[in-house]
Amino acid sequence: MHETMVAQSIIEAITAEAQKQQARPIAARISCGQLNPINEEVLNFAFEAIAKGTVCEGTKLTVVEITLKCTCKKCGRTHGFDIYSPACPGCGSTDFDINPDAPLLLEEIEFE
Amino acid sequence: MKVALNKKILDKNTECAIRNKAFFRDNKTLCLNVISSPGSGKTTIISKTVTDIGDKLKIGVVEGDIKTDIDAQKVRAAGAVAVQIETRGACHLTAEQVTGALSAIGAGDLDVVFIENVGNLVCPSAFDLGEQARVVVLSVPEGDDKPAKYPGTFAKADVLLINKIDLIDYIDFSLDRVIADVRSLKPKLEIFQVSATTGEGMQGWYDWLQARARDFAGQKS
Ligand SMILES: Nc1nc2c(ncn2[C@@H]2O[C@H](COP(=O)(O)OP(=O)(O)O)[C@@H](O)[C@H]2O)c(=O)[nH]1
Ligand SMILES: [Mg+2]
Ligand SMILES: [Zn+2]
Repeated sequence: MHETMVAQSIIEAITAEAQKQQARPIAARISCGQLNPINEEVLNFAFEAIAKGTVCEGTKLTVVEITLKCTCKKCGRTHGFDIYSPACPGCGSTDFDINPDAPLLLEEIEFE
Repeated sequence: MKVALNKKILDKNTECAIRNKAFFRDNKTLCLNVISSPGSGKTTIISKTVTDIGDKLKIGVVEGDIKTDIDAQKVRAAGAVAVQIETRGACHLTAEQVTGALSAIGAGDLDVVFIENVGNLVCPSAFDLGEQARVVVLSVPEGDDKPAKYPGTFAKADVLLINKIDLIDYIDFSLDRVIADVRSLKPKLEIFQVSATTGEGMQGWYDWLQARARDFAGQKS
């Protein structure tokens, strides 16, 4: 459950931004790659616990998972990576490179 | 009011990992982050490696566990310098914890530092510790579906040790499936089939480790 450390890191970032904006945060959107998934429920649970009594108390987090893509080595087409059906939908080849996984990002904060 | 930030999270860990990496580079100490489920054989592999080639490489170990220093005692008994980090419930090591442990083992004077991460196939993979390479251990009794179920960990591996190969005849485990799955996640993965208890296949791993440590020490910093 490394969501606790992620939650801590998000609180620090939101707090800094809240100070800059002089406003109360009400929601924030996180995005993560498929190889480094974050469970939204667990993250919110950890976040609520740590945020108590801080400017982040009551802020709701949503997590968007960005699909991992791969590039077909034969036809160059980009498609979603699925280990159970790795064939390219364009040409049927199973020879591909996996594209870099999306990083863990604090995309957006909504203030009151 | 909405504010777009696109700020990387966990950047403190990354910053600290970058400093650890520079420390290893400057001291020509090769650092390997060893990740697996609990019980795959990380401690046994590290101990056996120290016993067998500890006269050729100066090896130190940073042990991560939720509780106890049992593993540090085991690798010390094999002849390595070791320090234990008790994470007290946390499911992975952080770069900062590793920084603190390095001086305790005199890491700058060593050829190789193994970091035995907390047994877990999910969380440790998200935390860069500053290592030069990641070694993932998958043992035969765990089953051949693990790369498909935990792609994040296998996709970031540089070496895969398929351990407990001595048990392959007793367990329904398809080596072909594991190799095909991990190769699709990471085409350039080094794979060794080993048994840390019988010693089978360990020489290939030792050769890789010694060559890598030599190359790394030879690099200009
Ligand atoms: N049969 C067999 N058992 C092994 C092998 N390697 C480790 N073990 C056993 O597996 C158990 C867990 O090993 P350990 O090194 O503590 O795993 P760790 O939790 O990943 O550090 C111990 O009882 C070891 O003796 C192996 O290659 N073959
Ligand atoms: Mg162990
Ligand atoms: Zn194609």
